[in-house]
Amino acid sequence: MSEMTQTAAKPRIERSATASRTYAIFLIIGLVALILAPMFFYPIFLMKLLCFALFACAFNLLLGYTGLLSFGHATFFGGAAYFTAHVVKEWGFPPELGILTGVVGAALLGLIMGFFAIRRQGIYFAMITLALSQMFFFFCLQAKFTEGEDGIQSVPRGHLFGFIDLSGSTNMYYFVLAVFLIGMVIIWRFINSPFGMILRSIRENEPRAISLGYSVARYKLGAFVMSAALAGLAGGLKALVFQFATLTDVAWQMSGEVILMTLLGGIGTLIGPIFGAGLVVTLQNYLATSQFPVTIVTGVIFMVCVLVFRRGIIGEFYASRLGRKLGFEHRR
Amino acid sequence: MAPLLQVSNLNAWYGESHVLHGVDMTVGEGETITILGRNGVGKTTTLRTIVGIIRERKGEIRFAGKDMANVPLHKTAHNGIGFVPEERGIFSTLTVEENLMLPPVVAEGGMSLEEIYELFPNLQERRSSPGTKLSGGEQQMLAIARILRTGVKLLILDEPTEGLAPVIVQRIGEVLKTLKERGMTVLLVEQNFRFASRVADRFYLMDHGRMVANFPVAELPGKMDMLHKVLGV
Amino acid sequence: MTMIFGIPLQAFLGQLLIGLINGSFYALLSLGLAVIFGLLRVINFAHGAQYMLGAFAAMLMLEYFGINYWVALILGPIVVGLFGAVIERTMLSRLYNLDPLYGLLFTFGLALAIEGTFRYLYGAAGQPYSVPAQLAGGTNLGFMFLPIYRGWVVVVSLVACIGTWLLIEKTKLGAYLRAATENPVLVQAFGVNVPVLLTLTYGLGAALAAFAGVLAAPIYQVSPLMGSNIIIVVFAVVVVGGMGSIMGAILTGYMLGIAEGLTKVFYPEASNIVIFVIMAIVLLLRPAGLFGRDA
Repeated sequence: MSEMTQTAAKPRIERSATASRTYAIFLIIGLVALILAPMFFYPIFLMKLLCFALFACAFNLLLGYTGLLSFGHATFFGGAAYFTAHVVKEWGFPPELGILTGVVGAALLGLIMGFFAIRRQGIYFAMITLALSQMFFFFCLQAKFTEGEDGIQSVPRGHLFGFIDLSGSTNMYYFVLAVFLIGMVIIWRFINSPFGMILRSIRENEPRAISLGYSVARYKLGAFVMSAALAGLAGGLKALVFQFATLTDVAWQMSGEVILMTLLGGIGTLIGPIFGAGLVVTLQNYLATSQFPVTIVTGVIFMVCVLVFRRGIIGEFYASRLGRKLGFEHRR
Repeated sequence: MAPLLQVSNLNAWYGESHVLHGVDMTVGEGETITILGRNGVGKTTTLRTIVGIIRERKGEIRFAGKDMANVPLHKTAHNGIGFVPEERGIFSTLTVEENLMLPPVVAEGGMSLEEIYELFPNLQERRSSPGTKLSGGEQQMLAIARILRTGVKLLILDEPTEGLAPVIVQRIGEVLKTLKERGMTVLLVEQNFRFASRVADRFYLMDHGRMVANFPVAELPGKMDMLHKVLGV
Repeated sequence: MTMIFGIPLQAFLGQLLIGLINGSFYALLSLGLAVIFGLLRVINFAHGAQYMLGAFAAMLMLEYFGINYWVALILGPIVVGLFGAVIERTMLSRLYNLDPLYGLLFTFGLALAIEGTFRYLYGAAGQPYSVPAQLAGGTNLGFMFLPIYRGWVVVVSLVACIGTWLLIEKTKLGAYLRAATENPVLVQAFGVNVPVLLTLTYGLGAALAAFAGVLAAPIYQVSPLMGSNIIIVVFAVVVVGGMGSIMGAILTGYMLGIAEGLTKVFYPEASNIVIFVIMAIVLLLRPAGLFGRDA
C-alpha cells in the first residue's frame, strides 16, 4: 500500500499555522453551507449525500489511514441498514436505538470479517473481504428477516428521544446532519489519536512497526472494526432516510461505489471522500433519469482515476499551487 | 582501431541521488579489464548503467561504434553485451538446463551446449535439478556459462568470486583465461585483489563515482602504495 | 434404488457432474488469474467480464455471421485476447510501478464498463445459445444419464488446463514467463522483450477466460452478469489455492467445484456459500493457502 497512500495526510500537528487558519475558515464555510443547504436543494438528496459521504469517510479510515483496501464494505453499510430497519419496524425501537443497533451489528460483522481478512495482505485482503461480503449477500438473500428480494419496506422514522418527530424532511435533515458531524468528529479524533498514528506507521512500513513491538494484527483489526462501525452508522441512517433496506445495499457494487467515492475525492484526505461521494451521488441522480446506465460511467471514471487522477480532487487541490499557498501540504 | 567499449563522461542517478560523476573508460577488443574500488564508489552502478538497467543516465556509451544511449534494455544483449549480475540471477523455478538455455543466442560464435558442458561438467550432471539447488560456486559457473552460449562480444561480470571458496575462485580464474584465449572481452568488478591481478590486463581504480587511475597489470607493483591508500586494504 | 449416504445415487452423481462442470470453469478462470498475477502482479478483476465476452462473442458471431460453435471456440478467445492485449498495452502497462491495488481497481473499472455496455446493448436477461448438433443429446451410462455436451466441457477444459500447464512448465516460452516472474529486469537484460511478454501474457489470460466463456455459453444463459457472478467465487478459489502454483490453481478449482456440487446434495441452502466457508476455514488453518508460496 505504500505507493497508494503516499498521498495521505501527515499528522495535523505538522501543519503550519496558515493551514490551521485556512482549515478553520473552510470548516466554517462548510458548516454554514450544510446548515443552509436545505433551502436550495432537495433534503432527500442532501440526506443521501451525507449518508454516502459518511460511508466513504468511514471507508477511507481504513484505506487511507491504515492502507487496507476492503472490497466488502457493503456488508457493514447494508447490514446495518437491515438491522436498523428491522428493529425499528418490527420491535418498535426509537430511531437513536435503531441506529445504535445498526452500528453494533456492523461492528460485530466487522470483527468477524476482519478476523479472517487480516490474515492476508494487499490484494488478497481485498479478495477475501469481497468473498466474505458476497457470502453475507447470499445470507441476506436467504434469511427471513431481510424479506428477500423485496427488502424491508416502509420503515417508520419515529420520534427522536421520544419527542422530535422525524417524519418531516427538515427535522430529519438536521438529525442526519448532526449524526454526520458526530461521525466526522469521531473520525477526526480517531486518526489524530495515538492509535491512528500507529496505524499510519503500519501503513508506511509494516515490518518496522512489527519490529517496534506493535501487535500489528490487533491494530489492523481495531481499525477494521472502527471503520465497519462508522459505515454501519451511515447505513443505519440511510435506512431511516429512505425508510427501506434492500439487497442493493449489501451487493458488491456498493462496495465498489464507496471505493470510487474515496478514490475520486482523494484517498487519505479527511474531507476528500465527502466530495467524492457528492460527485458520485449527483452523477447517479442525473443519470437515473436518462437511459444511459450508471455502470458504464462508473467504470470509466474508475479507469480514468486510476490512470491519471490518483490523488483525487482534494489531493490534487492540496498539491496545486493554490492549495500550497493556502498552507496545505504538497504531496507527491 | 577504436576500442570495443568507450564510456565518456557517464553520469547516473538512483532517483534523487547522483551516483556516477563523469566516468571515462575504454575497453579494447580482447582485453580483460578490472574495476577496483571500495564499497559504494559506484562500481556496480557503472556496470548496470553500461548494460542499460539504470536508465537515468547522461554521457556517452559507445559499443562497437554504436551509440547505446537510446537502445532499450532488451536490445543491449543483441548488440553484443552479456551481463552476469552480482546476485547471479539464477532462476529457482527453472532447471539448470533451462537456466542455461534461457538467454537468447544473439550472434554466432558462442559456445555450443556440448562445449559448455565440457567446460562445466558439474552443470551437465545436475542439468535437471532446480537452478537454485546448486552450490554458490556452481551457480556462479551457471551464471557465466549461460552468457557464453549467446555469442556476445563483451562479458560483464559483477564480483564473480564473492563469497566463494578459494578452490572455486581458482576455477573461475581458469574459465576466464580460457575465454581470453578464445578472444572474449571481459569487464569485471572485483574486490578480490589477488584474483583480479591474476586475470586482468588492465585496471581502473574508482572513487567517488569516477575513475581516478588507469594502469596495465605490469605497473601494478609500483602502484601498490596508492592502491592501499584508496582501497584502504 | 441404489442409495449413497441416504441419497439416491442418481442425484448424487448428477450433482457431482454439475460440480465437476462448475469446477472446470473455476479451474480455467483461476488458472488464467494465476498466470496473469504471476507475471504482471495484477489481479485481473476483468477476468469475469472477459469470460462473459467469450460467451457473447460466440452468440453474436452466430447471430450476425452464422459462425458456428467450433469456429467460435477458436475465434472468440482470439478476439477477446487481442482486446486484452490492447488494454494491457495502452493502459494497464502504465500501472506496473504502482501499488498492485491500482491494477485491481483499474480492472474493476474495466469490468464495470464492459458489463455496463453489454447490459445497455443487450439487456440484463440471459439469452440461450444452443448446444452444437454434434454434441447434442446424451448417453445412458447405466447408472446415470450424461448429456454429451457436459462431458465434452469437462474433457476439453481439462485438456486446456493441462495444455496451459505444459506451456508454462515445459516450453521455452514458459521458461521466459517463469524467469520474468522472478526477475524481469535480468530477463530483459538477456535480450528478451519483457514488455511484449507481459502483453502476451495478459492476452493469453483473457483468451483463456473467453475460452471458458464460449464453453459456458450452451450451459448457462449468455448474460452480461454471468461474469461478475462467477469472478467473486473464483477469487475465493484463488485465496484457497494461493496463486504461487499453476497446478495448485487448477486442482483447487476442481476441488471446490465438486465440493459445491456435493453440498447441493446434502445441504442445498448452503451451496452458494460453501466455497466462501471453505475459504474462511483455509484462512484459519493455512493462511497462505493450500498451495501458497506467496504471502
